[in-house]
Amino acid sequence: MKNRPLLYTSYAGEMGLLNTRAKQLSVGLMILVALVLPFVLDDQWLSLLAICAATAIGAIGLGLVTGYAGQVSLGHAFFIGIGTFTAAVLSGDPNGRTLGFGITNMLIWLPAAGLVALVAGIIVAPLATRLRGLYLAIVTLGLVVIGEHIFAEWSDVTGGLGVGRPPATLDVAGYHVGVTDSVGTKDQKAYWLMLILLVVFALAARNLARSKVGRAFTAIRDRDIAAGVIGVNLPRYKTIAFAISSFYAGCAGALLYPLIGFIEPGSFNLGMSVLYVAMVLIGGAGTISGAIAGAFFITLLPTLTRQLMPLLPFISESSDRIPNLLQLQTILYGVLIIGFLIFEPRGLFGIWIRIRSYWKSWPFSY
Amino acid sequence: MVDLLEAVIRGLGRGSIYALLALGFVIIFKATRVISFAQPAFMLAGAVLVTFLVGPLGFWGALIAATLLTALLALGVERSAVRPMVGRPAFVVAIITLGVDIAVRVVVNAFLGINVRQVDDPWGLKTVELAGLRVEQRHIAVLLTTTVLVAGLFAYFRFTRMGLAMRAASYDQEAALAQGVSVGSVFAVSWAMAGGLAAVAGTFVAAGENVDGLMWRIALVALPVIILGGLDSLPGAVVGGLLVGVLQELAANYQAEYAPVWLGENVSIITPYVVMLLVLLVKPYGLFGTREVERV
Repeated sequence: MKNRPLLYTSYAGEMGLLNTRAKQLSVGLMILVALVLPFVLDDQWLSLLAICAATAIGAIGLGLVTGYAGQVSLGHAFFIGIGTFTAAVLSGDPNGRTLGFGITNMLIWLPAAGLVALVAGIIVAPLATRLRGLYLAIVTLGLVVIGEHIFAEWSDVTGGLGVGRPPATLDVAGYHVGVTDSVGTKDQKAYWLMLILLVVFALAARNLARSKVGRAFTAIRDRDIAAGVIGVNLPRYKTIAFAISSFYAGCAGALLYPLIGFIEPGSFNLGMSVLYVAMVLIGGAGTISGAIAGAFFITLLPTLTRQLMPLLPFISESSDRIPNLLQLQTILYGVLIIGFLIFEPRGLFGIWIRIRSYWKSWPFSY
Repeated sequence: MVDLLEAVIRGLGRGSIYALLALGFVIIFKATRVISFAQPAFMLAGAVLVTFLVGPLGFWGALIAATLLTALLALGVERSAVRPMVGRPAFVVAIITLGVDIAVRVVVNAFLGINVRQVDDPWGLKTVELAGLRVEQRHIAVLLTTTVLVAGLFAYFRFTRMGLAMRAASYDQEAALAQGVSVGSVFAVSWAMAGGLAAVAGTFVAAGENVDGLMWRIALVALPVIILGGLDSLPGAVVGGLLVGVLQELAANYQAEYAPVWLGENVSIITPYVVMLLVLLVKPYGLFGTREVERV
C-alpha cells in the first residue's frame, strides 16, 4: 500500500484532507518553515508576509464564492470594508474623534466583524441569487460604488474621506500583539498570529469545500440547471456561498488594517475588488491553495518589482519621470492578469500541477 | 419650472455621453457575449488623443482623427487579447478586458503627464438662451452629436451588408458562420465601433473641463445604464443612458432641498446604481433586454 499513493481503499481515504503521504509531508514542512521564518527574515519582510496572510484570508473567501460556487463577485471590497469598520468601531477609543466601544479583545471583534459582513452578504443575496454571470458582476460592482459612498459620508464611523480612522487593536484576550516585548518584536508576533489564523481559516474553507455544501457549490458552478435538477437548492446554496465569502472578507478586513495601521475609507473601491479577483484567478480558481498563492503573489508583486529595479536601469524611481516604478508595477499587474488567463487559465496552481505531473511520469514525461 | 427644465437639459447632455458609452458596451456584448471593461481606457485614450491633435487639426478634425485612432487601438486589443479567448467563459474574457483597461490606462496617463491638458472645444462653459432657458452650449453639442451618431448606427445596422452580418452573428453565431458571415470581422468591427464611440464620449466629457486621469470613472456609469436598458438592447442603451443622466442631474439639483441629511453629499454619484438595483428587483433583464431562455 505504501508504494501506491494513488490507491485508495475507502471513500473517506480519498476525500481526506491530506489524502497522500506527499501532501501530509509537504504541508507539514511548509507550516514548519513558515513558523521559523521570523528567526531568519527581518521585520520589514515579516510585516509584509503578515499582510499577505491576512489578504489570503480574504482571497480564500472570494475563492469560495467565485472559484467554487462560480458566482462572480466584484463586491468583495464592500464586505471587506464592512468587516474593517465593524472591528474598528468595536475596538475604537470610546472618547476618540470617531465612534468606538473600547472592546479591544480580538476574540470578540474578529467574529463580530465576520458576522456583520455575513449579515450584509445575506441581505444582498436575494438580489444576487436571481442573477447570473455578468449581470451579477455588474450588480456587485454597484454594491462597491454604493459602499464607497456610505464609507465616505458616514464620517462618525469611518472618519471621512481622506481623513480616516485608526483600525482595531491586535489584542488577544488581554495580550498585546502589536507591541514589542520579551517574546518577540511586534512584527514577529503579528506574523505568527496571522499565520495561525490563515491556517485555521484555510482548513475551515478546505473542509467546507469537501463537504456536502462544497459539492453543491461545484455543482452550481459547473452547470446550475443540472444542479437544480439533481436537487441542489440553488437560492439556498448561493446565499450560503455569499454569506461565507462575506464572513471571510469581513475577517480579512478586520485583520488586515491593524497591520497597515490606518484605515482610509476611500480604499474600499473597485480597484480592491479587482485585486482580489486577480488573486483568485492568478492563483487558480476553485482551489484553496491557489487562492493563498495568488494572494501572496499579488501582494508581494510591488516589492518584487522594486527588487528587480537594478536590472532595469531605464525605469525611474521617482513618480514624476516616465517610465517610473509605479507605472511598471501597474502595467505588470494588468499584463499578468491577461497573460495568466490566456496561457495558464488554471493559474499558479495549474503551473504546480504541470510540474507535478512532469515528475510523476518521469522519465516518460512528454 | 425653469430650474427643472434646465436640469433636465443638463441631464440629457450628460445622458448622451452615457448613451454613447453604453452603446459601445452593448455592441460588443451583442457580438461577443462579453462585457468589455476596457471601455474606460478607450474613453480616456480618445480624450487624450484629442488634446494632442487639436493643435494641428482643429477640434472637429482632432475628434475624427482621435475616434479613428482609438478604434484602431480597440481593434488591436481585440485581435491580441480577446480573439485568443473565443469560446472561453464570458467572465474570464471580461476579466481580461479589465487587465487591458489597467494596462492601457497606465500608458494613457503617462501621455497625459502632470500638466493640465484641454480638448480646446469651441464651447467651453458658454451658455445660450433657448426659450427662456439658459443652456450650456456643450450640452446641446453633445446631444446633437449623439443624435447623429445614433441615427447613423441604427441606419448602419439596418441597411448595410456588414450591419446585417452583425445582426445575424448576434442572433446565432454558428448559423451566421454557416451562411458565410465572417464572424471574426464582426468581432473586430464591433470592438472598433465601441472604441470610437468611447473616444467621442471621452472628448465630450472633457469639453469645458480639463482632461483628468480620474475621468475614466464616468465610463463605469455606463454599466448600470446597460443593465437598466438590458444588456443586448441598443435602444435600451440610448434610453437608459438619457434616463440615468436626467435622474442624476435631478438628484444633484434637488438634493439640498428634499433629500434627508443622512444620505450624505453627492447622492447623484450613486443614483445610477440605486436605480439599477431597484429596476433589477422588478425586471431582472432590464427594461428592454431579452429574457434568457434556459435549455437543458
